[in-house]
Amino acid sequence: MEIPIDFYRLSNGLLVTLSEDHTAPIVAVNLWYHVGSANERPGRTGFAHLFEHMLFQGSAHVQANEHFELIQRAGGTLNGSTWLDRTNYFETLPSHQLPIALWLEADRMGCLLPAMTQQKLDTQRDVVKNERRWSVDNQPYGTWWEKLPEIVFPAQHPFHHSLIGSLDDLSAASLDDIRQFFTTFYTPDNAVLTIAGDFDPGEARHLVEEYFGPISRGAPRPPLASMSLASRLGQTLRRRVSDDVVVPRLFMAFRVPTFGSVDHYVASVCAAVLGMGKGSRLSRSLVRGRQITSDVNAFTYDLAKSVDLLVIDALARPHVSAELLESEVTSEVDLLRSQGVTTTEVERAIALIETAFVMTMQQAGERAERLSMFATYFGDPTRLNEEVEGYRSVTADRVNEFVRDWLGPDNRALLEYVPRDIPSDEAVGAGLTASGNGA
Amino acid sequence: MTTAPGRRGGSTQERPRPGAVRPYQFPRSERLALPNGLQVIVVPVRRLPVIAVNFVTDAGAMMESPGDEGLAQLTARGLLEGSGERRGDEMMELFERLGASIDSGASWDSAIVKVSGLAPRLDTMLELLGEVVLTPTFPEHEVERLKSERLAELLQLRAEPRQLADEMLAVAVYARDSRYAHPQDGSAESVTALSADSLRRFHAERYRPAGSAIVIAGDVPPEHAFTTAAHVFGAWKAVSPSAVTVVDRPARRARAMHLVKKTNAQQSEMRLGHVAVPRASANFFPVLVMNAVLGGLFSSRINLNLREAHGYTYGASSYFDWRRAAGPFVVSAAVRSDVTGDAAREVLSEIDRIRTEPITENELSLATSYLDGVFPVKYETVGAVANALTAAIVFALPDDYFDRYRANVRAVTVDDVLMSAQSYLHPDQLQLLVVGDPAIIRSPLERMEFGPLISHDRTDILRGS
Repeated sequence: MEIPIDFYRLSNGLLVTLSEDHTAPIVAVNLWYHVGSANERPGRTGFAHLFEHMLFQGSAHVQANEHFELIQRAGGTLNGSTWLDRTNYFETLPSHQLPIALWLEADRMGCLLPAMTQQKLDTQRDVVKNERRWSVDNQPYGTWWEKLPEIVFPAQHPFHHSLIGSLDDLSAASLDDIRQFFTTFYTPDNAVLTIAGDFDPGEARHLVEEYFGPISRGAPRPPLASMSLASRLGQTLRRRVSDDVVVPRLFMAFRVPTFGSVDHYVASVCAAVLGMGKGSRLSRSLVRGRQITSDVNAFTYDLAKSVDLLVIDALARPHVSAELLESEVTSEVDLLRSQGVTTTEVERAIALIETAFVMTMQQAGERAERLSMFATYFGDPTRLNEEVEGYRSVTADRVNEFVRDWLGPDNRALLEYVPRDIPSDEAVGAGLTASGNGA
Repeated sequence: MTTAPGRRGGSTQERPRPGAVRPYQFPRSERLALPNGLQVIVVPVRRLPVIAVNFVTDAGAMMESPGDEGLAQLTARGLLEGSGERRGDEMMELFERLGASIDSGASWDSAIVKVSGLAPRLDTMLELLGEVVLTPTFPEHEVERLKSERLAELLQLRAEPRQLADEMLAVAVYARDSRYAHPQDGSAESVTALSADSLRRFHAERYRPAGSAIVIAGDVPPEHAFTTAAHVFGAWKAVSPSAVTVVDRPARRARAMHLVKKTNAQQSEMRLGHVAVPRASANFFPVLVMNAVLGGLFSSRINLNLREAHGYTYGASSYFDWRRAAGPFVVSAAVRSDVTGDAAREVLSEIDRIRTEPITENELSLATSYLDGVFPVKYETVGAVANALTAAIVFALPDDYFDRYRANVRAVTVDDVLMSAQSYLHPDQLQLLVVGDPAIIRSPLERMEFGPLISHDRTDILRGS
């Protein structure tokens, strides 16, 4: 499967990727801004995400919430999301509606600020606080994705702090912050635009030039705080959290080579051997075999900067203690290191990854998303077409070398959730600082 | 307003017009009925070399006898735990080495086994699907494991407010003798009482060729798919199952409030609901459009009111849960605890408003042009196409349903929406359920004078009757 990919830069620096597919009258528009929670300044955790909400509050020629209405009226789906080092905005529409999606994205890239008001900011602040309560605070284990980076990345590292932010920091965000953030980071030379699906490339290039071409480039951006980090944790770190949960859950994370490196393919295959599908090692031994967990998965974060993380996520069966859960998962990882993986296991993992990749590529929105990712991180979207070959080239020998090098006790971070009545670090006031959700 | 010089130029005030509409047709299907009554439906989709196969049969939770709640789901899950040919783990290994995946589950009305993978593997995938459906062995120790996994899920529900609210709303809305009043996957009491033999009996009686279908969507010539399907399923013998009684009666005819205590909850999970209307309703399309305006879209009245006007919530929505019998109408939102009463009042006012005043032409056209336009986007994947045709089997939709869908949406008028709101929304029967912190929400709820307030223990759901 070869995905057709064409890319070029506008004179203002905007990187444009085009990928044609005329098998269905559908087109996807996808914008990645190379800014995320890592770019936040101290005291403003959660701001990149709050800002993403503000991008749906209108721009010079668009009313609040009209972006949603115009895309849905066109028969399109849309959303945006914020991650550690990028923020994306995307629409999938019937292909004849391409112009409105491009125009809307250009209007907010070109002239967002005239539409920003204190009242809109106050409302979205409340919405985001409710999003935090819904997805983090009122959800069992909901804090895991802010606590795990806290453990794995040191305090001054840009990936350390909470992505959704603390309620206090959200309260502190001002219109001036909005203006600064927009001016600094939401510029064409800090963005990637991808169009995938059923479109005429000549017409698309013309529209992109007409709408985005006149937007002026930004000033030089402040660099991120230092991302350099030891490739391994240096020890086994452990953090126990008591929460309103019924059974223990363990996240075991390892620092691994970054997304985009040759070794990252090995890390992904290793994660799939361990915990992708019901036939994975951990699933066979811990769910079906010894019945220690009711669910277990392993995956990579796919971070392209600093280090990536390989994470095992294991949910205990009732009556299985946190201690037993930890020792069972640890034994499985140790066993993997001492005995190694078989060629059969690696083939199963690669086959599942490859099928999942092809399945995903059925959707124009997913193709556009992956193309934007490669364009943003490496300046080269055609790397998407190297993915399958990259996974296929992974051998059992390379996985075995990888698990010996990267999954040892000198490179493990354990985040353990326990039902609240069991004493925890938080209950006795020790441990790391929790943002917004202290017990 | 900011005084900052915000314009970088770039945009023009004039909004672009769409280009010429490009043609779209829902993928054509070819059908074959095997002599034993099994329908085989093949939908060639030649975009990428992928295949999705669904097996669907009338073995959902509504087919269970009282006391057997959870049997349909356990049986569907148990299919993958071993066949006449091999153990469950060996089966899984075979699928996954092909890069294929298999999943099984029961809904209210049916049991479905889904298989997907790369197109060249279709024959093997169908052979294995045949084993799973036709010769499951339901080994005792695997069934016991599946039971304890369900008991663990029920235990987890105590701490999971979203799903707890959904399950408890069903208890509040439906009469005790309705299957809908009990968790779809069973309670602790009912699941504990089930055995491998119960699964074998349910499978023998309910899994049968007549009324069942295999839907194959993807990159495959229909003749080939028909031949393989006939080879695998042709010898399957028909059986006649006993009839079941369907009850979809409401628990009560008057409003009530239901409070499920979650001390120190950071938010209230709020639901409003009542018994609504079966999928077969002749007014399906007017109801669909009415709900889109009320709470189905981001730009719907309920979401814009609760989220964008008041900032009470991250998102609020409404839906009709379509089932063969009358499923519920539900409004769902997680709201800040101290505005729980205010948020409920806003929802009630939106329900009243859509029943008393016609919606605007602008609201109508937003809903219909969205539902019409998004139709091709919904069916980009072979899995989505297979699922759509599977639903058409379950609900006995006409063969031209997907070809006429968009015209049916566009035909809905402002008057149809008003009529359907008046006919299918019953504010006087609404049950308001909140999972939240009583210390903060009890008094405001009582002051609403909505109806009697009933307190529920969040462990009730675990135990069963």
